[in-house]
Amino acid sequence: MSTPIIELRGLRKRFNEGTAIESEVLHGIDLDVHRGEFACLIGPSGSGKSTLLNMIGLLDQPSGGQYRLKGVAIGQSDDDTRTRARLNTLGFVFQFHHLLPAFSALENVTLPMLMRDGVVTAAARAEGAALLEAVGLGQVLDRKPSELSGGMQQRVAIARALALSPDLVLADEPTGNLDTQTADDVFALLRDFNRRRGTAFLIVTHDPRLAARCDRVVELRDGTIVRDEAQVAATPGAD
Amino acid sequence: MRFEWIVALRFLREGGLQTMLIITGTALGISFIVFITAILTNLQRDIVERTLGVQPHITIRPQDEVARPQWRAAGEPGAQPEVQARAQRLRSIDQWQPIARALDADPQVRAVSPIVSGPATVTRGDAARVVTLVGIVPDRYTSVTQLGARIVAGSLTLAPGDTVIGRELAQDLGARVGDMVRIATPVSSGDAYRVRGIYDLGAKAFNRSYAYVALPVGQALHALPGGVSSIDLKVDNLWTAEAVALRLQREVPHQVESWMQANAQLMIGLANQTLMTRLIRITIGLVVAIGIASVLIVAVVQKTREIGILRAMGASRGRVLRVFLLQGALIGFVGAALGSIGGYWLTRMMAGLLRSADGTRLITAHLDLPLYGATLLGAAVVGLLAAVAPARRAARLDPATAIRL
Repeated sequence: MSTPIIELRGLRKRFNEGTAIESEVLHGIDLDVHRGEFACLIGPSGSGKSTLLNMIGLLDQPSGGQYRLKGVAIGQSDDDTRTRARLNTLGFVFQFHHLLPAFSALENVTLPMLMRDGVVTAAARAEGAALLEAVGLGQVLDRKPSELSGGMQQRVAIARALALSPDLVLADEPTGNLDTQTADDVFALLRDFNRRRGTAFLIVTHDPRLAARCDRVVELRDGTIVRDEAQVAATPGAD
Repeated sequence: MRFEWIVALRFLREGGLQTMLIITGTALGISFIVFITAILTNLQRDIVERTLGVQPHITIRPQDEVARPQWRAAGEPGAQPEVQARAQRLRSIDQWQPIARALDADPQVRAVSPIVSGPATVTRGDAARVVTLVGIVPDRYTSVTQLGARIVAGSLTLAPGDTVIGRELAQDLGARVGDMVRIATPVSSGDAYRVRGIYDLGAKAFNRSYAYVALPVGQALHALPGGVSSIDLKVDNLWTAEAVALRLQREVPHQVESWMQANAQLMIGLANQTLMTRLIRITIGLVVAIGIASVLIVAVVQKTREIGILRAMGASRGRVLRVFLLQGALIGFVGAALGSIGGYWLTRMMAGLLRSADGTRLITAHLDLPLYGATLLGAAVVGLLAAVAPARRAARLDPATAIRL
């Protein structure tokens, strides 16, 4: 098998290190994520899901253990290296969409291109428009986020996460804020991108119905992985 | 930098009222700075010109003559001579023509006017007045002093038999344009001259002090044939007179004196005025900087989530830093641009209101481009510096925490 995108070995995270209230949130996590995977990360509140996602997303630094991104140790790298890796390798989808309100839907999607290339070329704009088309928002390219519904905003966020064709998209409760029907649609969209473009997804979710539709379920409890198994993804609407 | 520009501009636009208020505040502060700078420059130039009257920026005169006693060697018998200061006779500048020619070519000297000046009495009927009689070359003299613009009757034409006197002297003598007056000096019994023009320098003392004749006439009356008692100079910038004088002092073997040396008390007054206005300007600048800094600190707090998302998407700390530095600089620059317009407008308005004793405008509003250029640049730098603390704060935000807010 080729080099995994993510390789975690004995990853630990302690907060408030060296103080009286020091606490370890992740106790030695071993986890690989391969290209094209569609994995869910589940677990009760406080189990360390978000902390783990921040580690994987290079938004936070582990206190111990190893993190290799596409074969390169990166856990303890400096901020600029990790920032570059985020830009080039990872995409993010958050629960509360987090679009930039001052930018239109299309501008939000082309922002990563602007960051990487310093300009938004006509080709980049076309690519952004195609992505928005693919998430069903071809008609609202120039609308501001405040003029879009929650589901639409989350679709824009997904298009933006995919803008630079990342190897892995990290999604933190991407449907946590949406009604069931919209949540199903958004989830289907992620699944679709995974199948068609081969983008790997790691999705944190509370929703057992959505977890059932992933190829792999990783369950975290009290900072330890208690279950990590492949499954046959349920077909939407079958339950 | 494209990314930083786009995001900074959008953030400012998104700020709406907040951005408008801080730009307005900056513009008000800057317009006041521009205004008092323009007023001060104008007023000081006006005060200097009025106080100086016909004093030039720089005067070159012969060195004072000193008595040189012959000292005896120590122990030698005999009394030490007591040395009296020597009386200064009216002398010509040695070799003044080559010096004047060299000064004509000097890039820092705008105009050169050789004059011969000394005591004289002007009489008409029973009235006699003591004046300084100045022999001038009218063209040259008017480009060094403002006499040309101060003629209130007749004209400044000086044929051999003509003279131009001040308004108060004319009143004292009961003379009008066309009348004859008698001018005599200690070394010449004098002759009758026709009053061709009357001037008013705006100060009565000056108007009583000077009578003008053509240079050759003056040379004859002061018994200095072919000679001049001083060379008057005008420099491009009033305030550089002292520096130019110091340089010229090294180049000519005569006494060189700037108006600043000759009017030390005036200079002290002006320097204090300049200091006070500088203090006001610095204070306004600080207030503007604090305003910009506080608005940006609030903006950083308001945009914490957006900063977090930008960082997560792959914007480096440096980029976030520059986005906020740029916002500060932009506020300063736009505020200064509006402030310059406001300041110019204020100056024009005041120029219309302030009149001097003779009814002429005390100040003139002119587009002082270097002043406005320096203001724009300075304000952008002040804005940039004011943004340093907020920008560092934004750059240090922990993206993981920022997103959760």
